[in-house]
Amino acid sequence: MAADSYDDVAKSKDSIPALEVAPQDLYHAKSFWTKYIFCQDAKVIGIQYALTAAAIGMVGLVSSWLMRMQIAFPGLIPMDAAAYYQLVTMHGMIMVVYLLTALFLGGFGNFLIPLMVGARDMVFPYVNMVSYWVFFLAVLILAASYFVPGGPTGAGWTLYPPQAITSGTPGGDGLGIVLMLVSLAVFVIGFTMGGLNYVITVLQARTRGMTLMRLPLTVWGIFTATVLALFAFPALFVAGIMMTLDNMLGTSFFMPAIVEFGERLSYDGGSPILFQHLFWFFGHPEVYIVALPAFGIVSDLISVHARKNIFGYRMMVWAIVIIGGLSFIVWAHHMYVAGMNPWFGFFFATTTLIIAVPTAIKVYNWVLTLWRGNIKLTLPMLFSIAFIITFVNGGLTGLFLGNVAVDVPLSDTYFVVAHFHMVMGIAPVLVILGSIYHWFPLITGRFLNERLGRIHFWVTFIGSYSIYFPMHYLGFMGVTRRYFEVFEGDAFTYSITGINQFITVAALITGAAQFLFFYNIIVSSKLGKKAGKNPWKACSLEWQTPDVPPTHGNFGKDLPVVYRWAYDYSVPGSDNDYITQDTPPSAVANAKAEQT
Amino acid sequence: MFVVLLVLAVVLGSVVFHMWSPWWWSDIASNWVGMDDTIILTFWITGAVFVAIGLFMAYCIWKYRYDKNKKAEYEPENAKLEWALTIITTIGVIALLAPGLIVWNNFVTVPKGAYEIEVVGQQWGWSYRLPGKDGILGTTDIKNINDDNPYGLNMDDPYSLDDVLIDGDDLHILNNQPLKLNLRALDVLHDFYVPQFRAKMDMVPGMITYYWFTPIKTGTYEILCAEYCGTGHYAMLGYVVVDEQGDYDEWLSEQMTFEEVLASNGKSDLIKLALNKKNDF
Repeated sequence: MAADSYDDVAKSKDSIPALEVAPQDLYHAKSFWTKYIFCQDAKVIGIQYALTAAAIGMVGLVSSWLMRMQIAFPGLIPMDAAAYYQLVTMHGMIMVVYLLTALFLGGFGNFLIPLMVGARDMVFPYVNMVSYWVFFLAVLILAASYFVPGGPTGAGWTLYPPQAITSGTPGGDGLGIVLMLVSLAVFVIGFTMGGLNYVITVLQARTRGMTLMRLPLTVWGIFTATVLALFAFPALFVAGIMMTLDNMLGTSFFMPAIVEFGERLSYDGGSPILFQHLFWFFGHPEVYIVALPAFGIVSDLISVHARKNIFGYRMMVWAIVIIGGLSFIVWAHHMYVAGMNPWFGFFFATTTLIIAVPTAIKVYNWVLTLWRGNIKLTLPMLFSIAFIITFVNGGLTGLFLGNVAVDVPLSDTYFVVAHFHMVMGIAPVLVILGSIYHWFPLITGRFLNERLGRIHFWVTFIGSYSIYFPMHYLGFMGVTRRYFEVFEGDAFTYSITGINQFITVAALITGAAQFLFFYNIIVSSKLGKKAGKNPWKACSLEWQTPDVPPTHGNFGKDLPVVYRWAYDYSVPGSDNDYITQDTPPSAVANAKAEQT
Repeated sequence: MFVVLLVLAVVLGSVVFHMWSPWWWSDIASNWVGMDDTIILTFWITGAVFVAIGLFMAYCIWKYRYDKNKKAEYEPENAKLEWALTIITTIGVIALLAPGLIVWNNFVTVPKGAYEIEVVGQQWGWSYRLPGKDGILGTTDIKNINDDNPYGLNMDDPYSLDDVLIDGDDLHILNNQPLKLNLRALDVLHDFYVPQFRAKMDMVPGMITYYWFTPIKTGTYEILCAEYCGTGHYAMLGYVVVDEQGDYDEWLSEQMTFEEVLASNGKSDLIKLALNKKNDF
């Protein structure tokens, strides 16, 4: 319910603070180019980000198919060790940076932040547009590395020196590693433009009445993740620049004196572990850059579809912020056996396990939101349930790896692979899928096909669990990761061939189901069932726009005014089981809302 | 409602898989039983949490399934419940962390009396160096490495010449003797890992890392490189043999010292040089 005159609202009994900054006019695009290509509308930019991320993500998906084939059925698809390591590397880097980070922050961040905080657009629409095109350039540079002599780098996504830039690694003595480092640097530049936008929009452009403690948790998640990214990515950036200098100009930031294949290289005095510190100072927050938006979004999905307020909202906000803060002092738990000073182990194991507490609180609160709810088993809810199971599993195995002494036998084994795929691969992807089913009606005005969606859900959840749950047991056996040929020996109590074949078959099926999902998106965007306005009966602002899908400027003539938090579901005394954020108390006089 | 069955199947299926899985670690052959024990403890605690959350969620999904005549409960916060859960979780975390840190403290504290050997990793194989009669490893420098001196031993170090070099052969170690491995890499990162010993540590060019353990079972064990080191990473394998004293001595007597290696290569001039330095010292 938009207020007709700002002054009226300020004086009315629902008292709302007056506007501090006069409304700004937006850039109005006229040509095709400025409307759809170099577009300054955050919603379009979000979709551009999402489509680009999905496209390069498909390369990552197919890479995983190919390497799983090599692990389980060697020889069926001809490849040499170099090609295998290139697949491993590109799969990892694409999925973590170019798919998940870009999709959550660039995709969901752009589409949802202005709508959810009640803004007409991001605060710097032009910079926002440039941000996408810089990201696009980064993706092109990355893709170009497939076409240079020697191919893309096979250094592993962690790019550890010295091997990343020496000749024993695919692409290490060619252009592969150079293009990877340049692409990452360009990505960081593009992200910084977008990231500043997201943060400043949340801080400065919230509509009247939208206090920080009324923000949907989706916004809290994306906002906090963006702040983390703005602090963390510079570490990756400088590490990338320093490694490029080592590679191109012969500096020795990360390179000690080494003898490779009998030849003494000209480096001297650098520290490979310095790179690892920089990489993980970025890399660990990166886990939460992916996880926090998922935490936030899934909170909203669960709340909407269980028709119940999110349990313990304030605790949820603080948990997000605390996890974000702690994520900067745990990085070296990736390096327990990297050769750093062993006494660091005590500190980083302690900080790491402390993170389990706020994380556990989030899990409890999701489940307690289901408790005494009125649960609609819609597709977004199904994916949210799958997320909770997957995340709990992946989070708990983090307690193995975070506990330094337990990490010693498990590090560098398939236990690690299984853990991080569960916790930062599958779990966030399940949220992405659920949230696409949830917001697709807002983006296109149509539902995704329900039957295809159900098949997609069952195959994806059962399939991904079948891939990664058994994989932990390979890790307990001590099966080392990044082996081109699976090693079968006395070290292992039981053959690992059968289990590897099972995992590969599950991976092929699960991957194929994603193409069914793409098909669903394409077909339903034209032929899907019409959704109408606010089909899920949600409280948050993005569903209260006058037009569906929302048009440029989002909210028509006047911005909405916010009177309550985003979770007034099933409020006692109210006629509906939801009260939207822009409903003034006077309009629902009988409702006994406790929290605003 | 199938999803309730699905959640139950996933939770109970995980437990059943765990109990029946033939994929489990092989018998431990070192003193690091504490690591295994901490894993088992972690399993019990995290397993209980996983089952509890899963079952409670399945119950909620079934019990509170949608009914258009019902309304969800409205309870934004419940401070008592939230604090209780926080405190229980904190206790659980401490129960995991404390034993973990004790084991780590043992791991990083090399016992007095442990004998030392050196493991050298390079793309893509292992070589070893024993301290020889004087019981002390000679110092090395990567700049000394050449065909005659593949380990880069310092010629002017009096402890160098008697060092035993094991290049292209299996490593033998003594049963029931605490052993400190000094780890050195010549080119890129590697990691000396024997699954039955449980322990591992990266080898980093430019520095010497270490770990210690006590083998407790004789036999031959496979060595796997556990840190990605380039195209041949998967093939960087080797064997370590845990011997009783008699077998070990027999093996050791067949190995060549640095001095003998130089002599066999016709490099007596280098030996003379080194011996002169030693006398000066």
